[in-house]
Amino acid sequence: MNKIKKYRFLILRRITQVSILFLYFAANAYGWKILIGNLSFSKLFNKIPLTDPYAFLQMLFAGAVISSDLIAGVIIILLFYAIIGGRAYCSWVCPVNLITDFAAWIRRITHHERDNLISAMKIRRFRYAFMIVMLIFSAIIGAAAFEFISPIGIFTRGVAFTFGFGWVWLLTIFIFDAFVLKNGWCGHICPVGAMYSLVGSKSLIRVYHTKENCTNCGNCLTICPESQVLAPVINKKSDFITGIECTECGRCIEVCEDNALKFSLRNYIKGETNEKISTH
Amino acid sequence: MERRDFLKGVIQLSAAATAAGAVVAGFAEENKKNPLMLRPPGALPEEEFIKTCIRCGLCVEACKNRENKMVLNGKEIDTLFLAAPKDDAPIGTPFFIARTGPCFMCGDIPCMYACPTGALTPKECQNDKGKVAIDYAKMGVAVIDPSSCIAFWGLQCTACYRACPEMDKAITIEWKQNKRTGEHAYRIPIVHEDYCTGCGMCEEACVTEKAAIKIFPREVFLGKVSDRYVKGWSKKDQQRVKNASTKTTTKTPWSEKNPLNNLNEGVSWQ
Repeated sequence: MNKIKKYRFLILRRITQVSILFLYFAANAYGWKILIGNLSFSKLFNKIPLTDPYAFLQMLFAGAVISSDLIAGVIIILLFYAIIGGRAYCSWVCPVNLITDFAAWIRRITHHERDNLISAMKIRRFRYAFMIVMLIFSAIIGAAAFEFISPIGIFTRGVAFTFGFGWVWLLTIFIFDAFVLKNGWCGHICPVGAMYSLVGSKSLIRVYHTKENCTNCGNCLTICPESQVLAPVINKKSDFITGIECTECGRCIEVCEDNALKFSLRNYIKGETNEKISTH
Repeated sequence: MERRDFLKGVIQLSAAATAAGAVVAGFAEENKKNPLMLRPPGALPEEEFIKTCIRCGLCVEACKNRENKMVLNGKEIDTLFLAAPKDDAPIGTPFFIARTGPCFMCGDIPCMYACPTGALTPKECQNDKGKVAIDYAKMGVAVIDPSSCIAFWGLQCTACYRACPEMDKAITIEWKQNKRTGEHAYRIPIVHEDYCTGCGMCEEACVTEKAAIKIFPREVFLGKVSDRYVKGWSKKDQQRVKNASTKTTTKTPWSEKNPLNNLNEGVSWQ
């Protein structure tokens, strides 16, 4: 029971990720109308459109005529992540996170967390450049270019429809993450994550750090897939983790033995350093 | 020095991103077209379709859960698929294979109306007067290979004719004398492209080992006659070329003068 409480966010995340996949599968296989489509575009309860903002942008650059359904869907998603979720898409929704977390787990149990073939520091902002470049290439070839290789699309379409050889690409990402670069795909390449980082940069739900409780054990920094967001705050000041690349996965809160981290609401009106309403 | 390092970083990252992007875009460009792919009813022209389709699969889902489920040889037939990396179609886009899963031409066209982006649109599934119906779909056109169609061998088949949902319009049977035997008749299927929706029921029904009648995208198979030619002895077709220009568009050194002068002066063929 204690273990469940300790890993509550991890368990909840796996539940949301797997249920979303299952609902997509059930929509096609059994005709359920709860959540149909896949992560590039879905319909919730057969009514509410949900559009992937990066797919939307690529289509815009490719020169497609955009329908009102797509616009409504993109507004709903943008509002949700901009106000509430931050980059939560990456750790609570995206199924590729299952693969890359598994690769990170392999690294942890074999104690190879820091064995990288590529300098993680040097390519830290690669994803933002890649995000822009793929938009430009979408305009050049007249089609949403990243969608041709998006592992998110391949994964969700694979579960709902057919996988084909898509598993090869997913395996490649696993190998890359496990043996080449820690957190390589999600943390350095994926332009969808980069997009959500920018969209959710001012979101309300954030991790809050209390310096007084911190013993500087470093557990949070080890587990965090984007540890550069923790580094400026941990054991330095009591503040929100405001780094835009935080995926709100809650792993740091789980591994903290000293109650120094919690989910909290940013309060823009009172100023950010005031004590916040706890949400756990 | 700091600015120098910053600039260096920016240039290195942009170069890396452009290189990676070029590989991906090259892959996408190569894989974005398969001219032989059959699309669901109401699909935009392929170039526009590939831009507009967001690969969500709502059409495939609507097709799978349609009302008029069809069972052939004890097996439920799935028509639309969403292309996975092994399929010979742009990844994530819907297609069907007529031989194994033809379009059953549902009256309510669930796939087309499920599309959220307009990649499948009623505008591409209507007649001249703007009436939308599945009978006006233009998914492809049936093409017959006379060398393997057994009707051309003098056998009575008509399987395609009888399978056709637009019977006696899209496929008609023409009676011809079989001169090889001198005393029998050919019953030859003829496809009329103006009625053919490209559903593929004929290809599914074809009795030969490999179908002798196949669906091709209209872009691929159909030709286009310029307004220089008129259907023989057709008053109606005369109207089509009423406003045709009489000017020739071919420009060569010889066509600068009028033909009569050319003939009078003699043409020197070097």
